[in-house]
Amino acid sequence: MNNDYVVKMENITKVFGQVKALDHVEFSLKKGEIHAILGENGAGKSSLMNVLNGIYVPDQGRIEVKGKTVTIHSPKDALELGIGMLPQHYKLVDVFSALENVAAGSRKTTPFLNKKKILDEMGKLINQLGMDIDPNKKVYAMSVAEKQSLEIFKVLYRGADILILDEPTAVLTPQEIKNLFQIIRKMVEVGCSVIIITHKLDEVMEISDRITIMRKGTTIETVNKKDTNSEALAGMMVGDVMELNVPWVEVTRGEKCLEVKNITAIDKNKVPVINNISFDLYAGEILGVAGIAGSGQKELCEGIAGLYPIKSGEIIFDHTNIIGKTPEDINKMGISLSFVPEDRLGMGLVSSMDIIDNVLLKDYKNTKGMGISRVISRGKAKALVEKLNVSTPAIENHAVSLLSGGNIQKVLLGREIELEPRLMLTAYATRGLDVRSSQIIYDLLNIEKKKMIPILYIGEDLDVLMSLCDRIVVLCEGKVTGIVNPRKTTKEAIGLLMSGVTEEGKEK
Amino acid sequence: MIHVIKKDVPKTRDKILIRVAAVVAALLVSSIIVIFADANPINLYIGIIQGCFGNLHRFAATIQIMVPLLVLSLGVMVAFKMRFWNIGAEGQFLMGAIGASLVVRIFPNLPLPMMILTMAVFSFLFGAMWLLIPAFFKAKYGTNETLFTLMMNYIALTIVTALQYDFWKDPGAKGMPKIANFPANALLPSMSGFNLSIVFAIILVILACFFINYSKIGFEITVLGESENTARYLGINVTKTIIIAALISGGLCGLVGMFQTAGISGALSVGITGGLGFTAIIVAWLSGLKVPFIVLNSFVFAVLLQGGSYIQTAFQIPGSVAEMIQAIILFFILESEFALHYRFVSDKETREVA
Repeated sequence: MNNDYVVKMENITKVFGQVKALDHVEFSLKKGEIHAILGENGAGKSSLMNVLNGIYVPDQGRIEVKGKTVTIHSPKDALELGIGMLPQHYKLVDVFSALENVAAGSRKTTPFLNKKKILDEMGKLINQLGMDIDPNKKVYAMSVAEKQSLEIFKVLYRGADILILDEPTAVLTPQEIKNLFQIIRKMVEVGCSVIIITHKLDEVMEISDRITIMRKGTTIETVNKKDTNSEALAGMMVGDVMELNVPWVEVTRGEKCLEVKNITAIDKNKVPVINNISFDLYAGEILGVAGIAGSGQKELCEGIAGLYPIKSGEIIFDHTNIIGKTPEDINKMGISLSFVPEDRLGMGLVSSMDIIDNVLLKDYKNTKGMGISRVISRGKAKALVEKLNVSTPAIENHAVSLLSGGNIQKVLLGREIELEPRLMLTAYATRGLDVRSSQIIYDLLNIEKKKMIPILYIGEDLDVLMSLCDRIVVLCEGKVTGIVNPRKTTKEAIGLLMSGVTEEGKEK
Repeated sequence: MIHVIKKDVPKTRDKILIRVAAVVAALLVSSIIVIFADANPINLYIGIIQGCFGNLHRFAATIQIMVPLLVLSLGVMVAFKMRFWNIGAEGQFLMGAIGASLVVRIFPNLPLPMMILTMAVFSFLFGAMWLLIPAFFKAKYGTNETLFTLMMNYIALTIVTALQYDFWKDPGAKGMPKIANFPANALLPSMSGFNLSIVFAIILVILACFFINYSKIGFEITVLGESENTARYLGINVTKTIIIAALISGGLCGLVGMFQTAGISGALSVGITGGLGFTAIIVAWLSGLKVPFIVLNSFVFAVLLQGGSYIQTAFQIPGSVAEMIQAIILFFILESEFALHYRFVSDKETREVA
């Protein structure tokens, strides 16, 4: 590392309507460094990088790339300057091979595909970076990590030497993250500079050389990793000192509430998505479900809720096997399953409706006759907004889609809790939320736990799962690879279980 | 390069300003055409108003257009609420008219109240059935309802043509291809041109208001329209809801077939719809699928249509000029909706807001 700056951003300001997304932000990137941008949701991390990538044009400020003052109007301009950003949602053609995806849209390609030439060039780069890409493998057959590698490779192949990675580890297992970090280090060795956006402190401490902390659209500070620690960073990130740890509440667990026995479910392609899963859930317990995205968590949740067909096995709740019942039946039986689906605006809430109507969604069937009444729902909505401190201008005629992510999540979870469920199923309840909002959600869950409500918590962040849950069911490719006590095991052990290694880490 | 981007939610003041500006601009542009047609624009615009409200008879004519348009728009709205794009109001209208005519042919001697009731039921069922076909395929196989309902219009039209020119041709019409007029006991009671369908329409407006805002099924239709996943998650029976919405939507459009045959034309013919089934789509959409605005907009459109036909005769201008004026006004109204929700930006600006 030397002290040449490849990127210097000075005084960057960007206003959207009334909101200052970026307020006099300063940022610089040295040649050959790994620079982490740390901040809560909405701190302006992505906005800043979108400015650098030419997606936003700043209202004010100066950008200097490799010693020259530039204006970047589009990602294309950015790429010409050697800046490449990895999209959060991969833009790959499923039916194309890795090679074809690299060739598509690359300005190096001639009208006719010269596969051999591209293959040679790819081979060289792949070796240099120690990546695991098979040029002829089709994208649909790739794992998430492979797709990500391919995306990184695509950007590099197009000549970028300044790489922006936006939350690259969100979808990866611990092992895959390690792999990614190795690739990043190799990239630096061959002369790239890397910006990594994240809100995971441990990753920041592991990979970065320097760290820029952002909060509410401004840069708080840029520090060298050597001179700081996790606590200091967390302090700067959230502003005031905040308990970072998700509290585990000790509750003597009650009786067995839910018994899942050998359930199996298959998807459209006859592939088992849930494969002979068994576990018990007790009153006053938060049972975590860990696993790489797509290991059967969603199907498990939906299966219990009656939304996904279970082929065989038993789900015993209230001494009754609830398999085969519709969600409506389950409600009618007096069994209240509350379910916070993965995509809060896709399944749990109706985005164009106001809070009252969204509360009504779960209530309207309880009234007799053909009509609906908003009286009860209005009261509940009001209570919910006050209790959870949802910031909204109105509960009526104000679509929930206009609220911020955290507030939407509060409405969703709050509504489920208001129903006084006897069993809560939550999936990705804090997805996309910042530290503060997540904390509120964890507190809510802990309150329910103290009320001896059994909770199934499907989560993504292992740290959170480990400190919040009483036990963790680890899933891998639809199978349970272990049920562990998080206080008696390590993160690495769970990570191994998530990738299917079952020798160690079992509770019993 | 010029791009189109979506604006933030417009303010009420902007809404009013833009709409007023649109009407003024439309009138100004139409004036050019009117001048070319050797007429005085100011007089002509006054003529439109006179043609609609000048006397009781003309006002009745306006209402005669408004009522079918209103009920058709309500029907279309129910389907649109569910994001079920029923472009087949025209066909359901015709089928409803066939249903009413069938009643007259099968039971020609029913007493008037019974006759009206039976015709209403039949026309509703015929219209409902016509939309049920695409709805069934949509619910079962996921076919595209837009094309399906559109094509069903032409099938309905062909059936009416066959009836008019062959099967139901009136032998007493001296070779004219027409279907026999309804007997007196099958005509909606009317007073100076205002017939019973107005009462139907008022009841239907109230019912529709209640249905959309305060009924379980209406709520389910809205939820399903917003997100099918959410509907499933709540345990709403998606197939059942699609079918019910289609029955109501098609049924309402079918009912208009009875209003038109028994209330205005007195007989089934290929021309009874006057394209109102398509106009209803515009009305429903411009009204944001909200019942009060549907009432207002069907009135506005009725004024445009009736005023347009009046000035043709009163000012001796060609029918095409009247149609051009209508088209220009419509164009500007639609444009104002566009201007309310979108704006043009140059290439450079786009990226700032992207």
